[in-house]
Amino acid sequence: MHADAFDRFHEADSRLHRLDPRVKVVVTTLFILSNALLPDGAWAAFGLSWIVLLWANHLSSLGVEFTFKRSFIALPFALAAISAIFSPLGNPLADWSIGPLTLIPTDYGLIKFGSIMLRSWISVQAAILLVATTRFPDMIHAFEHLHVPAILTTIVSFLYRYLFVLTDEVMRLLRARQSRSGSVAGLKSGRSVVWRARVTGNMAGQLFLRSYERSDRIYTAMQARGYTGQLRTLNPHVMQSRDWVFAALSIVIILLLQLTGRF
Amino acid sequence: MSYSPLPLHIPDGFLNLVISLIFWGITIITVGIAISKTNKSLGEKQVPLMGIMAAFIFAAQMLNFPVAGGTSGHFLGGALAAIVLGPWAGILVMTAVIAVQGLLFQDGGLLVMGANIFNMGLLTAMIGFGLYRSVSGRNKRTRLVVAGVAAWLAVLASALVASLQLWLSGTTRLEIVVPAMLGVHVLIGLGEAAITVAAISFIEQTRPDLLNEKAISAKGGRGWVYAGVVISLLAVLLSPLASANPDGLERVARDMGFLHLGQSASYKILPNYTIPFLGGTALSTIVAGAVGALVVLGLMIVIGGMLRRKKVHQHE
Repeated sequence: MHADAFDRFHEADSRLHRLDPRVKVVVTTLFILSNALLPDGAWAAFGLSWIVLLWANHLSSLGVEFTFKRSFIALPFALAAISAIFSPLGNPLADWSIGPLTLIPTDYGLIKFGSIMLRSWISVQAAILLVATTRFPDMIHAFEHLHVPAILTTIVSFLYRYLFVLTDEVMRLLRARQSRSGSVAGLKSGRSVVWRARVTGNMAGQLFLRSYERSDRIYTAMQARGYTGQLRTLNPHVMQSRDWVFAALSIVIILLLQLTGRF
Repeated sequence: MSYSPLPLHIPDGFLNLVISLIFWGITIITVGIAISKTNKSLGEKQVPLMGIMAAFIFAAQMLNFPVAGGTSGHFLGGALAAIVLGPWAGILVMTAVIAVQGLLFQDGGLLVMGANIFNMGLLTAMIGFGLYRSVSGRNKRTRLVVAGVAAWLAVLASALVASLQLWLSGTTRLEIVVPAMLGVHVLIGLGEAAITVAAISFIEQTRPDLLNEKAISAKGGRGWVYAGVVISLLAVLLSPLASANPDGLERVARDMGFLHLGQSASYKILPNYTIPFLGGTALSTIVAGAVGALVVLGLMIVIGGMLRRKKVHQHE
């Protein structure tokens, strides 16, 4: 498998790509925070937030519809919010009887549900844009600058670095299982669910040992190259005036969004 | 890439700000303690080990096995990580996994990441390691049974706490979200338990030095056993209560002022005006019954194990 199989970064030369990763991380977090703070039913503010997001998409030169096309990942979770529609507060809109159940959607409940979905949908798109315009190692470096403990950022760097190696290992294990598992049409293949779970558990144990022993070798190799417990980076990431301007502008826009939502 | 999101990662927008910040607070404190503990007890060698173990958990979540009708069993790995690596390292590893899932794959939000780490990292470490440590000196069968029960309970507790967070945020109705989440995760937890048991039995055979009694007690103190048993008991007691009697839980939460945490004013203004459409159905009763029975069984084994250990100590 290719080393960047998991990468969500989209190579381009745009204003957003050139921006300091710290600014992008902070502004994205503030934008998501702003969505969480908008009151239920603040449709104008939600709409403006989305327009701001489209504008950011445009700035990234990835295309205005870029994040929209990838934004449905949180949709299955919408099921969890559906019950909000039938909130006991507010005026009943209808009375649906399905078998023994009586469902009464209310106006308050519908507003609540719509707001939750919009909040989640806009926030997911902001996060998608962040990882599409920032290389993951740069993003981790930004977290270091923002005083996330070094041990955590180092673990995450290792996770990112070796993810595809271990995924390859998983693929080999899965392929091996598939080649062992012949089946004849019309005949039951494989054994009970418990047996199948045990096979998978053995694969997990096997994967664990291979990873554990690999980490020994990696550590020795890194020590030979002068590793003292910290990863170094060649990108110094110095904040420039355009980074400050972008950060200040974004904060003003987010404050305006909040004002729109409240009046 | 066959990477499938698991239904425990809460996205942004589903928890309100107060709940998100409370769980960020708890998570930051616990992870801070975990960092200072691992810094103290482990050399710099542990950092690459934990990083690669995090990649292992991530990769192992892609392992699946066919169950029936096109569905498949999946793996979360929190309990296994805590048992094999120790609770503090397990917490750091799961934190890294959840952070990358949220940042890179948008599987779980950023503002709610504190809650996600709490549910899938801290709870699973406490239950997984705590229960396993309580029987680490006992025979293999007991150890594996308890590891399985712990893995199953860890998934269930995560699902339960996630439902409570959603409810306190005013996102869902308690009488719907608890039976639904627990119903799904009772089954997901069985797959988790089966894989955890098989993996631990495999590791015990090939690398017994990683999981013997001495190694396990070196990884975390007795306090983990108490924490694990208390959290498990809470999960066990709350699950049937929340499924069978949501009104009661709601009343308790209101009396203790928890409901004020939610932005939703609905429960304050119109108390107890609820439409019963899942609260009393067969589904919630069955779920509650199953949870109760299995949990009692698990606790009996754990408490029995602890009592017997005490006896052994007295004889010594």
